[in-house]
Amino acid sequence: MENERQNRGKDEPVIKIRDLYKSFGSNRVLKDVNLDVYKGENVVVLGRSGTGKSVLIKIIAGLLTQDSGSVCVLGEDVSKLDDKELLELRLKIGFSFQNSALYDSMTVRENLEFPLVRNKKHLKRKEIDASVERVLTAVGLAQTINQMPSELSGGQRKRIGIARTLILNPEIMLYDEPTAGLDPITCIEINNLINRVKEDFNTSSIIITHDLTCAKATGDRVAMLLEGTFAKEGTFDEVFDSNDGRIKSFYNYNFIK
Amino acid sequence: MSVKQAREFIVSKGVDSFFVDLNSAVKFNIRFFREVFLPPYEGKEIIKQCYEIGWKSLPLISLTGFITGLVFTKQSRPSLAEFGATSWLPSLVAIAIIKALAPLVTALIAAGKVGSNIGAEIGSMRVTEQIDAMEVSAVNPFKFLVVSRVIATTVMIPILMFYTGCVAMLGSYINVHTNEMTSFVAFFEQAFSKISFLDIFSSLTKAVVYGYTIGIVGCYQGYNASQGTEGVGKAANASVVVSMFLIFVEEILIVQITNSIRG
Ligand SMILES: Nc1ncnc2c1ncn2[C@@H]1O[C@H](COP(=O)(O)OP(=O)(O)OP(=O)(O)O)[C@@H](O)[C@H]1O
Ligand SMILES: [Mg+2]
Repeated sequence: MENERQNRGKDEPVIKIRDLYKSFGSNRVLKDVNLDVYKGENVVVLGRSGTGKSVLIKIIAGLLTQDSGSVCVLGEDVSKLDDKELLELRLKIGFSFQNSALYDSMTVRENLEFPLVRNKKHLKRKEIDASVERVLTAVGLAQTINQMPSELSGGQRKRIGIARTLILNPEIMLYDEPTAGLDPITCIEINNLINRVKEDFNTSSIIITHDLTCAKATGDRVAMLLEGTFAKEGTFDEVFDSNDGRIKSFYNYNFIK
Repeated sequence: MSVKQAREFIVSKGVDSFFVDLNSAVKFNIRFFREVFLPPYEGKEIIKQCYEIGWKSLPLISLTGFITGLVFTKQSRPSLAEFGATSWLPSLVAIAIIKALAPLVTALIAAGKVGSNIGAEIGSMRVTEQIDAMEVSAVNPFKFLVVSRVIATTVMIPILMFYTGCVAMLGSYINVHTNEMTSFVAFFEQAFSKISFLDIFSSLTKAVVYGYTIGIVGCYQGYNASQGTEGVGKAANASVVVSMFLIFVEEILIVQITNSIRG
């Protein structure tokens, strides 16, 4: 274990968060958050509803700006980038939204093409079609290509959302509650998908969840967000063997369910 | 807190938020003018929006324009008849339609139909995080959603205004023809005898300004919609109310300016 850490320490983390604070008015959401994500690993961020998990990854993607502290992604300080540099960085980040955020006026195909057509103008029709097919097959939904998002189930929408981010071949994936609101079997499918994406697309990921099955199945490392700061970090077992009552209650609560 | 303090607090808060809103609205406009000239140009999206905004408003605009012309002529006849001046009807109607009714009717209908649509559409994209999704997939949502819609309304409202004017004049002609047996050519010759180039130019300016207003207000309200489905409704509603208010203010300003040019 120790050895592994040292090895990883040799190269810079792909995501490096230091002393991050964020509040909305008097609502102090994130307080002194620190996190490193290394190349090729899946880090799960666990936490109760409303602890600022979504806020955290929105700051990583530059959708929100922090009050203080720094977020470096692939060596770039996100809050210091200008518009153009931010766009370039975002090409390397895939963001799967909590509620999928599919463009509801477009078909599945148009949803998937959207980032590609606009960012890679030199691509030919054939190449675009091939990419669409490749990511659709990766998420196992090739048959839905001409459907509208409103015709899909929640789990299908999640998978299309993931496919849409994969189409730009991101180096980093940010999943916001990929399994929330889905039945256990679909959850397992999504967990497998996340692991497959890591292998096939060679990504490093942050997976936000309060679903312990998902955390266990996908996380190389788990970080527990409690009251706006990371209370515990380590492998799944390390975190849940801890004696911290707040973590225990989280654990028990999830298994009673 | 005493009543006086409470009142002061509420007033100062209202004033504060007014200026905060004004500041962000001004910034939104500035951003539009900065981005409208920068590539990439969303040509396809602009054409799609022109189609949505122009074509889909046609039925409503046709009906309103026609009825406006017809009813206005019908209602004006008795007053003119008192002076035995019904022969002035065509030019009176033309002045009213071209100088005031066509731009206003078109703008108000469009504010109701197009403005609320833009506010609701962009508002729902905001609250369902579709705008954030565009941003993280490295597409500039301002350009794709806002710039294309504002260009489309600015181009289409003047065209719709011309169309409204034509349909209204047609309505008027039908009424005049059935009552006074005026021929088509005579009607339009008379109608346009009192219309100057400045009148048409002024109406065109109005329509361009109204079109811009409807587009930018709808986009602004939608883009800044608050969370939840409630935010969508509010954005749609505010798009209509604010753009109608601005249209009347602009109407007064442009009429004043035109009159001072006319001297
Ligand atoms: N744009 C915003 N403006 C104001 N407050 C916000 C905003 N976004 C989030 N918050 C507040 O930040 C806190 C954390 O929100 P966040 O969405 O990050 O929670 P979460 O951990 O993702 O919860 P969930 O599991 O329910 O998704 C909440 O109290 C929320 O009210
Ligand atoms: Mg969340």
